[in-house]
Amino acid sequence: MRKLNSIKLNHKKNTAEYEAVRFRTPEYVKIPMSMHMGAPCTPIVKKGDHVLVGQKIGDSDAFFSAPIHSSVSGTVRDIIDYRLMNGTVCKAVEIDTDGKQEEIQYAIPQVTDKESFIKAVRESGVCGLGGAGFPTHIKLNPKNEIDTLIINAAECEPYITSDYRQMLERPENVLGGIRLIMKYLSIPKTILAIEGNKPHAIEEFIKLTENEPEIQIFKLPSTYPQGAEKVLIHSTTGRVVMEGELPSDQKVIVMNVSTTAFIYKYIQTGIPLLRRRITIEGNAVGKPMNVIAPIGTMITELLREAQTDTEAIEKLIAGGPMMGSCLINLDTPVTKTSNSFLAIKDYKEPEKSACIRCGRCIRACPLNLMPTELEKAYIKKNISALESLKVMLCMNCGSCTYVCPANRRLAETNQLAKALIPKKK
Amino acid sequence: MKNLIVSSSPHQNSDVSTQKIMMTVIIALIPAIVASGIFFGLRAIALVAVCCSSAVLFEYLCRKLMKRPQTISDLSAAVTGIILALNLPVTLPFWIAILGSFIAIAIVKQLFGGLGQNFANPAIVARIVLMVSFTSQMTTWAIPGYWKAGAFSETTAIVNSQTVFTGATPLVSQNASLSDLFFGNTGGCLGETSALALIIGGVFLMVTRVISPAAPLSFIGSLALFTFISGGDVPYQLLSGGLMLGAFFMATDYVTTPITTKGRIIFGIGCGLITFIIRNFGSYPEGVSFSILLMNILTPYIDMITKTKPLGAKKPVKEETKNA
Repeated sequence: MRKLNSIKLNHKKNTAEYEAVRFRTPEYVKIPMSMHMGAPCTPIVKKGDHVLVGQKIGDSDAFFSAPIHSSVSGTVRDIIDYRLMNGTVCKAVEIDTDGKQEEIQYAIPQVTDKESFIKAVRESGVCGLGGAGFPTHIKLNPKNEIDTLIINAAECEPYITSDYRQMLERPENVLGGIRLIMKYLSIPKTILAIEGNKPHAIEEFIKLTENEPEIQIFKLPSTYPQGAEKVLIHSTTGRVVMEGELPSDQKVIVMNVSTTAFIYKYIQTGIPLLRRRITIEGNAVGKPMNVIAPIGTMITELLREAQTDTEAIEKLIAGGPMMGSCLINLDTPVTKTSNSFLAIKDYKEPEKSACIRCGRCIRACPLNLMPTELEKAYIKKNISALESLKVMLCMNCGSCTYVCPANRRLAETNQLAKALIPKKK
Repeated sequence: MKNLIVSSSPHQNSDVSTQKIMMTVIIALIPAIVASGIFFGLRAIALVAVCCSSAVLFEYLCRKLMKRPQTISDLSAAVTGIILALNLPVTLPFWIAILGSFIAIAIVKQLFGGLGQNFANPAIVARIVLMVSFTSQMTTWAIPGYWKAGAFSETTAIVNSQTVFTGATPLVSQNASLSDLFFGNTGGCLGETSALALIIGGVFLMVTRVISPAAPLSFIGSLALFTFISGGDVPYQLLSGGLMLGAFFMATDYVTTPITTKGRIIFGIGCGLITFIIRNFGSYPEGVSFSILLMNILTPYIDMITKTKPLGAKKPVKEETKNA
């Protein structure tokens, strides 16, 4: 098996030992109607409505979507237009909370077979909690037969520890979720893949799965980007997901560890996705922490809780430092896919200089692409060269930009280059 | 509400920079510079200083004249200057050395667009141009400690003193002992004498991962193999002439050598083969610089045939047949 390229990063997992604290109910939440990949939801409440915790407030007829529930009880202040990180505009439901946190009567889902399981998962509103936000019920309904379930617990981005805290604080939910998925999807084998920089989690799960040989605990090397789907599949099974294929074409499904744990909790209780673990970190944060915050909580409140000098923040990143996205301002709520917020001060954009052809980007690329050649092809707008260099395979892990001694924005260039490639008919 | 900086990911960079890489190369060259000082005296150090400072000056002037951003702080010109000095004999008049710097920086590097754009190694082209233009000055090899023979004077020392031999590197005279070649107690360019000092620098660059061992090892290895097959004296061939300097410091220049490991191995083998041919069948005693220059020219073609195969990429041929 060929070893893929990877890079060594400073892990900076400073919050690894901080137990996630349950964040208080905020006075106001703003819940965007698009927090997942796929069709946005339509609000099914209107201004002035009284809503309860767990009440569905947004849904869509589209299959490729996931419903949205209120994380608080209170009154709908307004339905507004809200600009998402990716630049598109969707509706968002603003709710003034009443502080009572009155809940709806949760119905424990009746799950008997694969169909009812997937239906229940859709109703839970869950999507990939690792950051991508792929609707989980679609992932759990592959066309092909699956022989291996891979649980992604790599958490290879620096700083973030929310998945790690999930594993330490609720390991039984993780295993419960694995057993449910294996049962209803008839998958014979699971690989729980954890990066070697989390020895406590590895030990714990080896102990807990002593009598379950069908669940294998896999220690990943502590390099970046182990958590990238294709890399993870290759590291754990040696299989290569070919261009244009889905993991299920290689008979595997990859699930995030927190998503898996949530599925178990939902099937047990019927409580939909209302809050999530988030790491608050960065050099502007006085007290780095892990919190369990209601979806829709404004980031400012979390940052204040973490004793952040909000005036000094120059860059606020949702997600990790390698693949996270910048937020335009602090007026942003927690969404289903928020695994971390990094508040950065004294930020200096590195200065770009000429490519010296050192080849570090090529030796860093986990997919064996040639970022410097792609950049040259992009500058010349040479579409056939971009295609033959396989720009569409780039997953924007950022390793090339990270290692570049000339600080060239190679990963960004690849994303711009993708837009030049004509869509296949 | 205050607007924040919005830029694309990643939001952190490694601390490797062009300047740091060049600084590491300069550090790696220090053993060779010191060795040249020990064997050839203070004039050797002065020659290094002259080449280095004139190279930086020409870079500064070129960028200024072309109204381009200043790049002397990336230290690449300083590296070129030092490597050029190591390719020159200690007795070379300073003005010729400065002309060499001009050829390297102004003509070979900046006229093609500066760092990253030149197709040939600046120091090598400068050496070759000087070699062809000033053959006698460029092949006057002082032997170590020559200045002790009497009061040093640039012209008389060479012509009169018995301690200097003219026009004969150990490659031609074949009379140096292996240990002299290894430690550097022999005639030649500043940087052609002490194999030990150059190997120390080369190993340092490999350990710090500034250079990959691919090109130097395949260069040295293939020359050794060809020499062995032809029945030549392998250690003598490896330790004499400019092989160590060329293999570790010039065949590893990022800009003018292939970008992938596979390409670098092909490059090294090509250099070894051409060096072997020139040394054994050519009219020049030394072929290292010509071999690197010729392989520099082939580099774009080597790059073309040694593209990496992306993970999971389907062969384009297959797609075409599918569409048809």
